[in-house]
Amino acid sequence: MTRLSLLPAAGLLLLAAAGTAHADGSGSATLDAVRARGQLVCGVEGSTPGFSIPDSQGVYRGLDVDLCKAVAAVTLGDSSKVKYVPLTSTNRFTALQAAEIDVLIRETTWTMGREASLGALFAGINFYDGTGFIVKVALGVKSAKELDGASVCVQPGTSTELAIADYFRQAKLKFTPILIDNYPELQAAFISGRCDVLSNDSSALATFRATQAKPADFMLLPEIISKEPLGPMVRKGDDKWFDIIRWTYFAQLIAEEHGLTSATIDAAMTSQEPEVRRFLGLEGDLGKALGVDAKWAYNAIKQVGNAAEIWDRNMTPLGVPRGINALWNKGGLMYAPPMR
Amino acid sequence: MSASAAHGPAATAARERPPAAFAGPVAWLRRNLFNSWWSSAVTILLGYLLVRFAAGIIDWAFINAIWTLPPTANPLDTAMPCRRLEGAGACWAMVGDKYRFMLFGRFPYDMQWRPAVCVLLFIGLYGVSANRRFWRKELLWIWAATLAVIAVLMWGGVLGMAYVPQDQWGGLPITLILATFGLAFAFPLALVVALGRRSAEMPVVRMLCIGYVELIRGVPLISLLFMASVMFPLFMPEGLNPDKLLRAQIAIILFAAAYLAEVVRAGLQALPKGQYEAADALGLSYWQKTRTIVLPQALRMVIPPLVNTFIGFFKDTSLVLIIGIFDLLTAGKVAMADPVWSGFSTEIYVVLALIYFVFCYAMSSYSRGLEKQFGQSKNR
Repeated sequence: MTRLSLLPAAGLLLLAAAGTAHADGSGSATLDAVRARGQLVCGVEGSTPGFSIPDSQGVYRGLDVDLCKAVAAVTLGDSSKVKYVPLTSTNRFTALQAAEIDVLIRETTWTMGREASLGALFAGINFYDGTGFIVKVALGVKSAKELDGASVCVQPGTSTELAIADYFRQAKLKFTPILIDNYPELQAAFISGRCDVLSNDSSALATFRATQAKPADFMLLPEIISKEPLGPMVRKGDDKWFDIIRWTYFAQLIAEEHGLTSATIDAAMTSQEPEVRRFLGLEGDLGKALGVDAKWAYNAIKQVGNAAEIWDRNMTPLGVPRGINALWNKGGLMYAPPMR
Repeated sequence: MSASAAHGPAATAARERPPAAFAGPVAWLRRNLFNSWWSSAVTILLGYLLVRFAAGIIDWAFINAIWTLPPTANPLDTAMPCRRLEGAGACWAMVGDKYRFMLFGRFPYDMQWRPAVCVLLFIGLYGVSANRRFWRKELLWIWAATLAVIAVLMWGGVLGMAYVPQDQWGGLPITLILATFGLAFAFPLALVVALGRRSAEMPVVRMLCIGYVELIRGVPLISLLFMASVMFPLFMPEGLNPDKLLRAQIAIILFAAAYLAEVVRAGLQALPKGQYEAADALGLSYWQKTRTIVLPQALRMVIPPLVNTFIGFFKDTSLVLIIGIFDLLTAGKVAMADPVWSGFSTEIYVVLALIYFVFCYAMSSYSRGLEKQFGQSKNR
């Protein structure tokens, strides 16, 4: 009962907040800046297949890039109004802190340390990754526990390097790290037999395997030894902007749940399903509460597609199985709160 | 020599053809390559290695190489014929697919003729500037006009060309912009700093110049670029950040100027004191003396180290890789990361090395020619 009686009051408060916000901008400094600029500035990695990489014609493609596009579709109504800023692992956080970028979508692992100390918030997880191992089948190893004394090819200074050091120490196994900074060279070292094992995020290992002349010669070991939840990051202190990023991503998941794709969403405008109608902005005023256009979710799905389409476009060609990145009702971990 | 030796019986012993043991290719070989059993052994060994190596390169680069590949339904299968070679031959088809990305980065694909023209303009500008006939005041105007045309072509937004923001520029034009502007602005700055460091009458200026040179020389270029890219934005108010490319450009100018200043100072010091005194005796002012007597002679003396520094800086521009600017090397590295072509980085590196070599070799052979021309007065 109490809750019910509080609802109208909360609604009034929200209305009041929306009213004042309307008087002097949207209430989000970042959103105002994006609108004034007419462009979203998105920090990406810029050279990881599947996440963000320019194709041969110089057009950025990938999972992270598609989230950037969706945010632009939500805030500006046009998914092409994005400026991509390629960032290294060193300058990514300063770029966010110094407001050089509006949002950082650069396959960054959500860790407690980062969230607590960097003045930035993770707005969600758009990819569940983890450190894995790949070996040549000829090595005859079936499990990471048999890797005692192995030489492991790994990029220095990455979370992978820390994870395997921890793993081998805990398992009381010996290993020799072979450290090469450049990933193509690291792969070449593994192929030529300079090390027994190649270690990286399992998505990257799946890609590696899919691009070999004889993929069957290589085997991913079953152990995933670390959790690497990757997601978009925003500055602390701009909650409305945080909401927009988070719900843009949830909209991709919800669209997949309801079977709304970029091809079918126009037909769904006649749908009677309440959540679909709210999603499309036909009912309720969720868009207004978020500070964006009523058709925000429609724009994001129509122009960029839902989570499944984005996956099929970017990850499936690389041979990365969807696994735990599937929806919660299909055996994965992707779960969006209800849209109401 | 052999022609003159055939001139009739009147020829003296000196004009007779020397025995084959002392002249001709066989003698040359004997003298230089086979003059002892030890040197013969080294020659044979090195010769064998050279032939083996060259044969391997030719096999890889030409005979076994794959030049074109048809597109496949699954793009990841495109490079499979190359992968089946298992390194026996080069996969030039990759370069065929990626060369436009390497040269022009993310510049909109259908407008890439614009950066291509810019590259030609840059090369033309170098050619004109290298010709001594154009070393006149008008050259400054040529530079200003060419750079204006390049700016218009790169940015666009006029004459029906679409606007292309800097973040989409990339590849060779970026390398040329960083190197050209870097050296064009660093050189005058270096002259001022070198003169300032030599000035005895103005101790404060001298201290400032020494401080500047030592401070910049004391840190590697990488840390300067990091300062420009990572630290500098933190000091600036939010939203008031000069472009990343501009920040890197300024860092390169400051760095190059400090090194060039030291090269110029070496020339100033090598100039005999009599030249300064003679100029003073003629009653020339400081700037007249510097412009007409000191600098022309001093710079002439330091051409080899100057060119050396120029070449070094041309290549150092590739360090902007670490701050995410799309120069030639960065574009090449991003091209390598494409999973369709993964495993063929050697091909990309070979092409990049050739491009860098062409520019650097042109610079160094030009400087050799310049030294020769300038040296004529001394050799006479």
